[in-house]
Amino acid sequence: MARVGAVTGNEAVAEALRQINPDVCAAYPITPQTELMQRFAAFVANGKVDTELILVESEHSAMSACIGAAAAGGRVATATCGPGLALMWEMLYVAAGMRLPIFMAVVNRALSAPLNIHGDHSDAMGARDAGWVQLWSENAQEAYDNMIQAVRIAEHMDVRLPVMVCYDGFIISHSIQRAELFEDNVVKGFVGEYKPLNPLLDLDHPKSYGPLILPDEYHEYKRAQHEAMTKVKDVVLGVAEDFARISGRRYGLFEAYRLDDAEVGLVILNSAAGTAKDVVDAFRERGVKAGLLKPRLFRPFPYEEVAAALKGLKAVAVLDRADSFGGYGPVFMEIASALYPLAERPVVINKIYGLGGRDFLPDHAAAVLNELVEIARTGRVRVAKEYIGVRE
Amino acid sequence: MATELKLKELAKKEPLFTSGHRLCAGCGAAIVAKMVLLAAADYPLVLANATGCLEVASCIQDYTAWRVPWIHSAFENAAVTLAGVETMYRALKKKGKIDREIKFIAFGGDGGTYDIGLQSLSGAMERGHDLLYVCYDNGAYMNTGIQRSSATPLGAETTTSPAGSAIPGKLQRRKNLTRIIAAHNVPYVAQAAPSHWADLMKKVRKALAIKGPKFINILSPCNRGWRTRTDDAIMLSRLAVETCYWPLYEVENGVTKITFKPKEKKPVEEFLKTQGRFKHLFKPENEWIIRQFQEEIDREWERLQKEETLYS
Ligand SMILES: Cc1ncc(C[n+]2csc(CCOP(=O)(O)OP(=O)(O)O)c2C)c(N)n1
Ligand code: SF4
Repeated sequence: MARVGAVTGNEAVAEALRQINPDVCAAYPITPQTELMQRFAAFVANGKVDTELILVESEHSAMSACIGAAAAGGRVATATCGPGLALMWEMLYVAAGMRLPIFMAVVNRALSAPLNIHGDHSDAMGARDAGWVQLWSENAQEAYDNMIQAVRIAEHMDVRLPVMVCYDGFIISHSIQRAELFEDNVVKGFVGEYKPLNPLLDLDHPKSYGPLILPDEYHEYKRAQHEAMTKVKDVVLGVAEDFARISGRRYGLFEAYRLDDAEVGLVILNSAAGTAKDVVDAFRERGVKAGLLKPRLFRPFPYEEVAAALKGLKAVAVLDRADSFGGYGPVFMEIASALYPLAERPVVINKIYGLGGRDFLPDHAAAVLNELVEIARTGRVRVAKEYIGVRE
Repeated sequence: MATELKLKELAKKEPLFTSGHRLCAGCGAAIVAKMVLLAAADYPLVLANATGCLEVASCIQDYTAWRVPWIHSAFENAAVTLAGVETMYRALKKKGKIDREIKFIAFGGDGGTYDIGLQSLSGAMERGHDLLYVCYDNGAYMNTGIQRSSATPLGAETTTSPAGSAIPGKLQRRKNLTRIIAAHNVPYVAQAAPSHWADLMKKVRKALAIKGPKFINILSPCNRGWRTRTDDAIMLSRLAVETCYWPLYEVENGVTKITFKPKEKKPVEEFLKTQGRFKHLFKPENEWIIRQFQEEIDREWERLQKEETLYS
């Protein structure tokens, strides 16, 4: 029987980590992740997990320690956000390049300057090309569920790649929500025993991790990494199916909310999708065929599936909680790429919202939907990319 | 039963760092790696390497010169990468999944140790991981083409501290990393040199027998960077020790012991004049640098001797 509780996102993910009981976990504090690792440290201190906790002196070292520990041959977890993830940048590539199934919570936070500790997706978007699988979560329940599924995805023999589970700083990490938490043995059974692959600690079969690779092979290694990524979608769906069996909760590559017959739609990640769904409902009540697509698997990005889900729409607005200065928002670029091969495709516009924890309000979603209705009617786009919710 | 530290016995052992690596002929780092591993060869080992000459030349796609498990993850994090390995070892041992007594050794150059890797090394030492970190100190970033590091000695010419008409080489003194690590109060810290091989190997053995974090700083002559002949490494190492430029000592549980005292302390010029990187110091206008260099050496040597008498 699942326990229903009122938990913060960090509390829920700390529970997931406790139930997963990794062999090694590295930690370094940074708001809004700190509370998660404090909770986990308490589990270690009280003997609730067998995990060896390494309290490192930086995030760069946290990821480095995870790399050593995972190469050694066991289950490894960590968590960070914002500048911490940025400091890990070099090592994120190493973890993926060595095909190490590390899993990490990323409690999304803005990047400096100016200094800001609040929720925004710049951190994970900056890491999107590092070769990590990325799962995104709308609320505490999804963060918890994704964390548990991440273990299976990362360690699947077709994948063997690191996975980050993203959820919004403060909005999800610190607000109390209803969540269903499993009994410990259910999680234990679901994640199963770790199967080491080429462990460094197998002295009878010495391995070298991280040699120098010259131009005559590097290219092939990178292609191999991409090929591993192409297998992730199926694994994610397979794991989701197993997960539905124990939870009753169904996950896909993304959530298509009232999209089937929609004419206008929003694409939006994480917590703001929850707000936007209410507004979609309100528009539906007024007779507007509105819908929403919430990506879950952002890397690898499921282009064909997303295109199929959006292809009947007349106008789509992609809302990004991160920017690429001088370019479009990162989610927009993926959606545009997904839609480009279609002969007939929706008009797509880009809105940047909620940076550094700025509230995303129902009015913002309503304004964007009204604009889409107008675009659908006239076929005219006023502006392709725009900041919304800014004070002028 | 550990192999005796006798040439005849050691010669029978199969080297764990093998020939076929691509370090320059006569490279001190190769000698150091070979000696350290020969001293450690009676233990099951897992190694980590920082980016640098020793790493890029020893494990190039499809080939390796290491006969033991080995990991390189980046330039600045050999200590913490190995700390991760060692932590997993403890985790798996606790769960009964491993029962062997494995020893862990990290190798890093001076750049990867004194500079960019200092934080990760300091963290690993403070946390008490059971590993030995060996710095092979060739006094510059050799792999990227001889740039100054904080281990580069005063006055030395490097490609980023060239001896020009306005600035005569490196103007700063070298960082005393051995003292910095000793200040972490770890159980064992030492300085060694390949010319004094028995001393070096004894220190490695002693370190490996101790539980907790250990650090050995080993002088590693580099003919490319020091501008010397290819077969000078051992001669240069000996001069470094005999001039007390590179004193051989250890700090065991806070107690300093000098492990080799030259019968007669040679003037530093004898070390400097053998190397192209110090050539410009022998111009009259740069004599002050040699004087300052000598003063530094004298001060440190005095200090070490005083420290030693504190405990005798
Ligand atoms: C983050 C980072 N910065 C810079 C480099 C380039 N780099 C590689 S090896 C090296 C110098 C290594 O010097 P040292 O540690 O003294 O070892 P040596 O090459 O002398 O053996 C540098 C600067 C790198 N690989 N990574
Ligand atoms: S440059 Fe120096 S340290 Fe590097 S391989 Fe050559 S001799 Fe050795």
